[in-house]
Amino acid sequence: MRGNSRRFGAAERVLLPEGRMAGPMPWVIAIMMFLTVLAAAAGLGLGGAAARLGDQIGGRVTVQVVEANPTARAAQAEAAAAAARRLPGVGAVRIVPEREIYALLEPWIGAGGLESDVPVPALVDVDLPSGDRAQLDRLRAAVVAAAPSARVDENAQWLAPLARLIGALRWLAVGLVLLMVGATAATVVLAARAALDTHRETIEILHLMGATDVQVARLFQRRIALDALFGGLVGFIVAGVVLILLGRQAAALGSDLLGSAALAPTAWGVLVALPVFGVALAMLVARITILRALGRML
Amino acid sequence: MPFSAGFTHAPTAWHGVAGGLFLRAGSELSASGSIVQFENVGLRYGTGAETLSDLTFALREGGFYFLTGPSGAGKTSLLKLLYLAQRPSRGLIRLFGEDIVTMPRARLPGFRRRIGVVFQDFRLVPHLSAYDNVALPLRVAGVAESDLHNPVSEMLAWVGLADRASARPATLSGGEQQRVAIARAVIGRPELLVADEPTGNVDPEMAKRLLHLFDSLNKLGTTVIIATHDLHLLSRIQRAEMLRLDRGQLADPTGALRHPPQRPEA
Repeated sequence: MRGNSRRFGAAERVLLPEGRMAGPMPWVIAIMMFLTVLAAAAGLGLGGAAARLGDQIGGRVTVQVVEANPTARAAQAEAAAAAARRLPGVGAVRIVPEREIYALLEPWIGAGGLESDVPVPALVDVDLPSGDRAQLDRLRAAVVAAAPSARVDENAQWLAPLARLIGALRWLAVGLVLLMVGATAATVVLAARAALDTHRETIEILHLMGATDVQVARLFQRRIALDALFGGLVGFIVAGVVLILLGRQAAALGSDLLGSAALAPTAWGVLVALPVFGVALAMLVARITILRALGRML
Repeated sequence: MPFSAGFTHAPTAWHGVAGGLFLRAGSELSASGSIVQFENVGLRYGTGAETLSDLTFALREGGFYFLTGPSGAGKTSLLKLLYLAQRPSRGLIRLFGEDIVTMPRARLPGFRRRIGVVFQDFRLVPHLSAYDNVALPLRVAGVAESDLHNPVSEMLAWVGLADRASARPATLSGGEQQRVAIARAVIGRPELLVADEPTGNVDPEMAKRLLHLFDSLNKLGTTVIIATHDLHLLSRIQRAEMLRLDRGQLADPTGALRHPPQRPEA
C-alpha cells in the first residue's frame, strides 16, 4: 500500500479540517527551536573560541625577562629575541612594547608613574608553529643562555584548563541540541498520533475509497510540515534576536575571550539551516509514525 | 441533466472521466463469470459467536441483487466483507477473480477503487462540501482537478443537489446526505456497487428515482447489491435476485425467493 504515489492534488488542503496553528504543536516546536538555536549557537561560538585558543596553545610562548635594571632588562630582552630568531623553526618573534605592558597592567595597578615605582618584566612573544616539545626545550636553552634573567612560559600551561572547560561546554551544547532534536521528534510523534485519532473517521472513509497509506500519510505530513515551519521560524527569529543582542553586549565588554566566541558567517549559516532541518525531521517522523499506525488498519 | 428529468439515461459522466477510471476485469473473473464468490465464509468479531456462518454463494458479473433479512441478521457484516472493510475469520472470498482473504494489504486499495459503497450511516466527510464529498473517489484515483468539475456537477444534478454543491453535510437533510453518499458511490462507475439501506431516509418517490439510478448503472455493467428492508423496492427491479440472511446464514425458509442465489458449484 506504500508504493502508490498518487496525490489528492488541491484536495490536500481541505481533506483535514483544522488549519495550521491548531493545537499546541507549532508553539511547542517554536520553543524547541528557540532552545535548539541557542544551544547550537553556544556550541558553535565555543567551537570558534576553542579553535582560536588551540592556535595559541599550539604555538605561542612568552619570554619574560625579570630584571630590576631597566637597561639590563631591555638588553636581555633584545638578546633573548635575537637568540630565538636564530633558531630554526621559530616563527614570529616580537618584543612587546612597554606601553602595551603598562596598558595590560593599568586596570589592576593604575596609571601614572608605574615605570619608576614597579619593575615590570620585559615580554617577548615567540611563535612556535610546530608546537613540539623538543623545539620548546631548544628555545628555552637558547634564550636562557642569551638572557640569564629570562623565563620561558608556555601559554598552554594556563590556557589548557580554560580550553578543557570550553571543550566540555561545547560538548554540553551538542548534547543539548541532540536532546532538543529527540524532544522535537517525540512531540511530532505525539501530535501525529493525536491527529490520527482525531481524523480516524476521515481516514477510514479514504481507505474505503481506495486511498493508499502514502496518500493518507501525505495529508498529515503536509499539515505537520506547515506547523513545524511556523514553529521553527518563530523559534529561530526570537533566538536570532536574542543572539544579536547578546553579541552586542559581549562586544561592548571588549573581552578577547568573549570576542573569540562571536559567531562566524558560516555559524549563522548553520543556524539558519536548523528550521529547515526541523521541518524535514518533523515530516520524516510524521511519515514513519503515520505509516506505522495505518499499517495496523485493514 | 436536471434531476427532475428522470433517469432515462445514464449520466454522461460515466462515459467520460469516471468511465475511464477502471478497466473492466472480465479476464480476472472466474470461469463461471462470478464477480464475487464466497465459500464457507464465517465472520466472528473478537471472541464472540459467529456473526456470519458458512456463507457460500456467488454474485454474477452484471447481476442485480437485493440482500434482505431481519435486523441483526448480519447484512451489514456481509457488506463489510464485500467492500473490504473486514476480512473473514474463515472461508474463502474471491473478488474480481482473486482471493482477497490472503491478499497482501498493499493490494487492497486497488480493489477498493473498483467498489462503490453507500453506507447505512452515509459516512460523509463532515468538513467537506457535498461537491468535495462526491469528488473524493475521483481524487483518490488521481483524477486531475481540471477534470473533476463536469462529472461531479453532473452527478450532483442527477441526484437533485446541483444547488447544494457547496453545502456541508451538517446542513443537509438526511435524504440529501443519502443522495450525496449515493452520488459519491457511483461517480467512479464502480464494477461492484454495495449499498446498505440506500433509500432508508428518502421519501418513496425519491427512493424510486434512486433505484433507477442503480438500475442505469447496472445496465452499464456494474454489479449491484443492495441491502434493504423495503419490500416495495424489491419488486421494482424485475431481473433482480435475492439473498436472504437470517442469523448469519443464508436462508430460504419460505421458498418464496424469486431468484435464489446461484451457488458456485451450480
